[in-house]
Amino acid sequence: MADFIMPSLGADMQEGILVAWRVQPGDRVHHGDIMAEIETQKGLFEIEAFADGVVGPLLVQPGPDKIPVGSLLTTINAPGEAVVEKTAPSATRIKISPAARKLARENQVDITSLRGSGPDGSVCLADVEQALTGTQVQRTVSSGKSKKEMKDFKTGMRQAIAAAMSLSNREIPHYYLSTDIDMSRALSWLEERNRQRSIRERLLPVVMPLKAVALALKDVPELNAHWVDGRLDLKKEVHIGFAVALRGGGLMTPALHNVDCLDLDQLMAAVGDLISRTRSGKLRGSEMTDAGVTVTSLGDLGVRTVFGVIYPPQVALIGLGKISEQPWAENGEILARPVLTATLAADHRAGDGHLGAQFLDRLNRLLQEPEKL
Amino acid sequence: MDAAAIRGIIEKGLLQIAPEAEFDDLQPTENIREELDIDSFDFLNFLIGLNEELGVDIPESDYEKLITMNDLTAYLEEKLQ
Repeated sequence: MADFIMPSLGADMQEGILVAWRVQPGDRVHHGDIMAEIETQKGLFEIEAFADGVVGPLLVQPGPDKIPVGSLLTTINAPGEAVVEKTAPSATRIKISPAARKLARENQVDITSLRGSGPDGSVCLADVEQALTGTQVQRTVSSGKSKKEMKDFKTGMRQAIAAAMSLSNREIPHYYLSTDIDMSRALSWLEERNRQRSIRERLLPVVMPLKAVALALKDVPELNAHWVDGRLDLKKEVHIGFAVALRGGGLMTPALHNVDCLDLDQLMAAVGDLISRTRSGKLRGSEMTDAGVTVTSLGDLGVRTVFGVIYPPQVALIGLGKISEQPWAENGEILARPVLTATLAADHRAGDGHLGAQFLDRLNRLLQEPEKL
Repeated sequence: MDAAAIRGIIEKGLLQIAPEAEFDDLQPTENIREELDIDSFDFLNFLIGLNEELGVDIPESDYEKLITMNDLTAYLEEKLQ
């Protein structure tokens, strides 16, 4: 039997709302089937089963209550397995010092979301102060859901990003590297390829560096990893978080799966699908958590160099700027070439600059042989 | 098809990718992508929509000519003649 719990869809998530069950007790489910819909500060997500089996009793009913990450929602039982009665999570009493409770109440901090650092995990004054000066994500958002719904969503989104980015800057010693890549071979190859195709089948330039990132990560796997409890957890699959700006503000970085195995046409289709589902709020929970690295492309607005902030627990973020014509010196001559500035922000706890340099060098070389991508 | 009808089709396509767009505020000589904050994926989808609605082939080498509402209208008008 496996517990199906309120998942954490990122370092910034503390709680979620169960919006709907998509299964009934006794239903047979397979790995990847949609079990439930939950709402977080970043929107609505479909949550998949992570194992094959039979759905046990539904311990939590859909409703407006915020359910902490890790709470038991139901179980997935092996076929034929006797169902063990489990009970719904009951509100456990929170140990908190009187001074901390007072400060929390004055500042509307939700004490159930604080991690206590005192004896027996009790919440002390410093924990509340940290919540106030740090991420502030635990501040209770007033939940008047009506005409304020959109405003609340934006506030929630901002708080979620604030929490993740504050954590990143507080804990991750970033180092930054940058390299200029001559894109003339890649772009002429792409132009020739697109010329033979209808508009619906054409590729956008960004798929080439995306695929090259995936292949370079196969050679430098230490950057496709999570840093958890002081250890580097290397990812077997190359799932790349792709930063997608939302209309009206906000940002999400859902994962493109197995990018190293996709050809450029499949990758173009996958990127288009991911962007449209991100903007229409139809992402799956797994897409929010299983990226081993993030790519952010800001070239559309003319940015040349991206100085990224890593999305924890990942250890690297690759930034792509605008491909623009630049003076390029080669063999004693200066020529105009289309140039892409690629940057790497990486976690110095997880690796050193030499590793990052190897990655950018590999990325550059791959983009000089576009026909192999 | 006259310029007004073409403009109507352009606006309909833009509303699909930028639902909050207000065309009264968009000058005919302004950069559409900058004004409406349209990225390269959405712009390609917009061009695919025009291609399917009007049957006009838009080669990739022409993308950079299509900056303003005036550019787009004139380009499509010429192609449709």
